[in-house]
Amino acid sequence: MRKRYGEARGWIGAMETEQKKCDSGDLPSLRRIVCEQGLLSRPDGSASWMQGDTSVLAGVYGPSEVKVSKEIYDKATLEVMLRPKVGLPGVYERSREQMIKKTCEAVVLGTLHPRSSITIVLQVITDAGSLLASCLNAACMGLMDAGLPMGSLFCGVTCALDADGNFTLDPTAKQEKEAQTVLTFAIDSIEKKVLMSSMKGTCSVEQLQQCVAASQRAADTIFQFYRDSACRKYSKW
Amino acid sequence: MKETPLSNCEKRFLLKAIEERKRLDGRECYDYRNLRISFGSDYGCCIVELGKTRILGQVSCELVTPKPNRATEGILFFNLELSPMASPAFEPGRQPELLVKLNRLLERCLRNSKCIDTESLCVVAGEKVWQIRVDLHVLNHNGNLIDAASIAAIVALCHFRRPDVSVQGEEVTLYTPEERDPVPLSIHHMPICVSFAFFQQGTFLLVDPSEQEERVMDGLLVIAMNKHREICTIQSSGGIMLLKDQVLRCSKITGVKVAEITALIQKALENDQKVRKEGGKCGFAESVPNQRITAFKIEQAPVDTKDVQEQAEEIIAKAFPPSEVMATPVLWTSGTAQIGEGLENSWGDFEGSEREEEEDEIAQDEPITVEDQNLETGDASVRTRNQKDETIVLSDSEEEDVVILEPEVTNKNRTETSPKQDTISKKTGGKKKKKRATK
Repeated sequence: MRKRYGEARGWIGAMETEQKKCDSGDLPSLRRIVCEQGLLSRPDGSASWMQGDTSVLAGVYGPSEVKVSKEIYDKATLEVMLRPKVGLPGVYERSREQMIKKTCEAVVLGTLHPRSSITIVLQVITDAGSLLASCLNAACMGLMDAGLPMGSLFCGVTCALDADGNFTLDPTAKQEKEAQTVLTFAIDSIEKKVLMSSMKGTCSVEQLQQCVAASQRAADTIFQFYRDSACRKYSKW
Repeated sequence: MKETPLSNCEKRFLLKAIEERKRLDGRECYDYRNLRISFGSDYGCCIVELGKTRILGQVSCELVTPKPNRATEGILFFNLELSPMASPAFEPGRQPELLVKLNRLLERCLRNSKCIDTESLCVVAGEKVWQIRVDLHVLNHNGNLIDAASIAAIVALCHFRRPDVSVQGEEVTLYTPEERDPVPLSIHHMPICVSFAFFQQGTFLLVDPSEQEERVMDGLLVIAMNKHREICTIQSSGGIMLLKDQVLRCSKITGVKVAEITALIQKALENDQKVRKEGGKCGFAESVPNQRITAFKIEQAPVDTKDVQEQAEEIIAKAFPPSEVMATPVLWTSGTAQIGEGLENSWGDFEGSEREEEEDEIAQDEPITVEDQNLETGDASVRTRNQKDETIVLSDSEEEDVVILEPEVTNKNRTETSPKQDTISKKTGGKKKKKRATK
């Protein structure tokens, strides 16, 4: 049994900055977010998303030519590839790929580009907690940079529940390890509905609903970030 | 996705420009592109940017048993990946010729030049040594991958720290970074590759070819050298004839370039070390240029979650009460249990077997758990054929083979057909019919 994929594949000397609770009345907070778009020259869209020390790079190709075997006659074929930092992609990556793929399929208007392919390649650069949420955010920023039509935007938020039932937003790797339950939600920008959810551990219905509600609040912050960064990007046009 | 081919006029234009000693990006013939090195928050993690070519390097280590013929030497392992992110032509799960070539060259440059002291990686001779693994991911391919890869590999190795170990008798103790400071690898020298592209059968020479230049070049010469001007590897490909003078001139240029690059690497490493020592901020987030309009950053943002609990309670109050959950599995009959909700299970319902005969046509979708299904379905279909020949007609599929194999045995064994068996037979029969219909 593998514990966490990072550990099984050898030791990476890690330095992690602690997530501090915000001074103002001990509210849970999101770590610092940094995003750069269009940093790669080859892909049609690219984004590097950093959330605290966690960092993910996304490259998006599409709409482009599709292999005949993968062609879908009435919509675009969406592919997601998640590449770990050390070693080859395994079961862990494959399951994450599926989750991200289903989320993207829910928002990308694939019917506008039938018989073409959209490929999203995600490269993990640093894993310091909330990796799936960061992957989702990077994928969305990449899709935005590639200029693909989407019904709405989406973002990923991770919540960690400790044994006392208190939740932390955007946990670090250490917090994730200590937590009883780690929940990740993908939330859309229009109705703030949950597009995808992933849960590790157990929790009660009340706790689940609390986490959903908290994630929806956190999503507002992330969507505001998307908006501001798009405003900045097109400010000189 | 296929690579977009370079058109003939583009090729001619490039070659013509090279003849006039001009390059598309405005460089001189012997100019190297800008080199930028940034470090991640982990040890042994770096991104090297050579112009627009970008490579991510990560070093990790593991304690393994050494190879029997080299009992006192640690293991060095290189893995260069051509990620589909780098170019649409790179497909996942395939090993193109280029990848094999690059990996081989990288191994020759870094392992065979013995730049890392592998003996210092030995913990217990013949039992435990460190395996150092270097993963390189090409993030963007814009030419000259080998130079960028060799720089990324050596920078990542220089930056890496492995956990400290101590040996007391037979016992090996591994210390966490909190207990003891991790130790750097002992590196003798830093070999760096420099590529030269030749055009017109070696008439024209360019240092650090870009992706487009690589596509029109006739031949490539790669020289790996360290700052002491010792050649570690030399490789010529493309099948061009080179004169002795040309090779000597190339090695002289390599010497100059390697000295420049080594100085840059050393400076980058020192800067990072200083920042870490002072406890300042390190990581890729720090190296994102702030003034770029494509980059945006926000500081730690608090999220107002005060009334989350009320909201959650409200949702739960509005929602339908959850249906009763069966906590313990219900044992219907030996070998058949049910947990949770679902359709009413009529397995083991001995009296209801008559009713089921009519129902089984409808209830085809109910899952059947039979231990040795092969045997059961085999004899089941025989008996159903005997009873209701008009409803079930076996097709010439492979199911019939099972029937022919052991009809006597099964019939003898199961002369007294219990109602349960009958139910199964009906159900499987129904399932088969469905299968045939879908064929």
